[in-house]
Amino acid sequence: MAIAVEQPAASPARPAGARLVSVLGRLAAYLQAAPLALILGVFLLAPILMIVAVSFWDYDFARLYPDFVLTNYAETLGSWVTWRTYLNTLKYAAIVWALTLFIGFWVAYFIAFHVRTATMQTVLFLVCTVPFLTSNIIRMISWIPVLGRNGLVNATLIEMGLVSAPVEWLLYSDFAVVLAMVHLYTLFMVTPIFNTLMRIDRALIEAARDAGANGCQVLWNVVLPLAKPGMAIGTIFVVTLVMADFITVQVMSGGQSASVALMMRNQMSLLQYPAAAANAVVLLVLVLLMVAGILRVVDIRKEL
Amino acid sequence: MAGERRSVTFWILAVFFGLFLVFLYGPLSAILILSFQGPSGGLTFPLNGVSLHWFRNLTEQQAVGDFGGSFRRSFTLGLMVMVVTVVVSLLAGLAFRRRFVGATPLFYLAVASLVVPSIIISLGIGVMFQQVGIRPSWYGSAFGAHLTWTLPFGVLIMFAVFNRFSPAYEEAARDLGASPWQTFRHVLLPMIAPMLVGVGLFGFTLSYDEFARSLMTAGTYNTLPLEIYGMTTNVTTPVLYALGTVTTLFSFLVISLTLGIIVWLGRRRARG
Repeated sequence: MAIAVEQPAASPARPAGARLVSVLGRLAAYLQAAPLALILGVFLLAPILMIVAVSFWDYDFARLYPDFVLTNYAETLGSWVTWRTYLNTLKYAAIVWALTLFIGFWVAYFIAFHVRTATMQTVLFLVCTVPFLTSNIIRMISWIPVLGRNGLVNATLIEMGLVSAPVEWLLYSDFAVVLAMVHLYTLFMVTPIFNTLMRIDRALIEAARDAGANGCQVLWNVVLPLAKPGMAIGTIFVVTLVMADFITVQVMSGGQSASVALMMRNQMSLLQYPAAAANAVVLLVLVLLMVAGILRVVDIRKEL
Repeated sequence: MAGERRSVTFWILAVFFGLFLVFLYGPLSAILILSFQGPSGGLTFPLNGVSLHWFRNLTEQQAVGDFGGSFRRSFTLGLMVMVVTVVVSLLAGLAFRRRFVGATPLFYLAVASLVVPSIIISLGIGVMFQQVGIRPSWYGSAFGAHLTWTLPFGVLIMFAVFNRFSPAYEEAARDLGASPWQTFRHVLLPMIAPMLVGVGLFGFTLSYDEFARSLMTAGTYNTLPLEIYGMTTNVTTPVLYALGTVTTLFSFLVISLTLGIIVWLGRRRARG
């Protein structure tokens, strides 16, 4: 620390050497950025361009034919099933978003504002985080003994005499899909909101109190507006994850519901790659539009 | 707020938080308990005796497919992804501290990598490898596919770290005559080491649990999540739960190890 004190203000006194350093520095920046650019170029950009190209190709049961046909899009967008699947996926996204936002905000708010010591805050936050670092598929399967026909919930309900026969819609239903998605994705809402809440200057809340605001008013007029960027980041995560989901829908609905990604997955397993690619392009455009819409409403750049 | 008496709001939120934890951990503990199901027990409660039958069953090759092999592949792949994620994110984080042509597009590309649906990455890489004529493999195409998910996390964390990092420390080191490498090795690196360990944990666990991105890219040999997924459709005994218990305990082990390292690094820095 003593060293930092001895040092005078930034040194303008080395013109030639400084210039060399800055040239080298700029070169270093390119070298340092190169691996990231290379990996994302090969495994993100190129595959997406490939998908866009393939979506215009022709195909039969055996192989793909490079071409420029619009039939894949015509078939995708002309089918009533596609529209219903998109609507169903958007429905999941809306419900899961609302639930994760509600749960995520209150969980983050509790840890950030009602837990007093920093150690306890870290511990509770970690307790919330740990399950999200374990296998998604296992976490999904773990609902089966709970929700199943002879599962814990049904057994309890029957024991208590609340129902006479097992409730059938607990598992393999839209209810189960939404429940599992909330279970899987809530942390993506908790983390960014917690992050923004922790950075709110506590003096602002004191000031609001001193000015006569009650708890609700502080929450509504001070905390919520300042938490918006975190909510926006969480929203982007949850919405894009739900829009891309196929395994939760497949496992938890028992094959009775569909999502866009599941439709793609089925086309892929039938080797109808151009059809899946056309779907992928439509889904990608939709997701990017949704993200752009969220970014228009809330400025998240300050968060980084 | 410290020092005041706990308000009613606190208790309501505390109960809400408690319920949230039950929601998070309840189902997991259900399969944990059921994996000790007796040999004649089924997929649901009640327990029909207590045994290690299903764990033993797990080690028998024919019962569950290739559990050992897929675990080894996922573990190796996770380590590969971890190392590359840490190194590439650190380098990119350093790069973004300076201004360079293409910085903004590259940053947006990294963010895009987070929002592009995973199945699209899977499909794109699968079709691309097929058209180019390279066989998809877990150490090639799946490796790249996983990086598109772990790298943006790493880059964003590094971005946030360096945004809050005072350049005064490095300037001081430089004024004392340290070379750029010495400054990096002895000043910068120790300060950001805990964050790098965190990025490593993210890289490993995200890859170890990844399913959608491996789907069309893993090639002939399954990774562990693909194997588990296969089991969900055709295994109807508690051996599935035993596998769940083993992999979950393994994840817990990795997480505690990492936290241990972070705490150890913090203590060492505080002492030194």
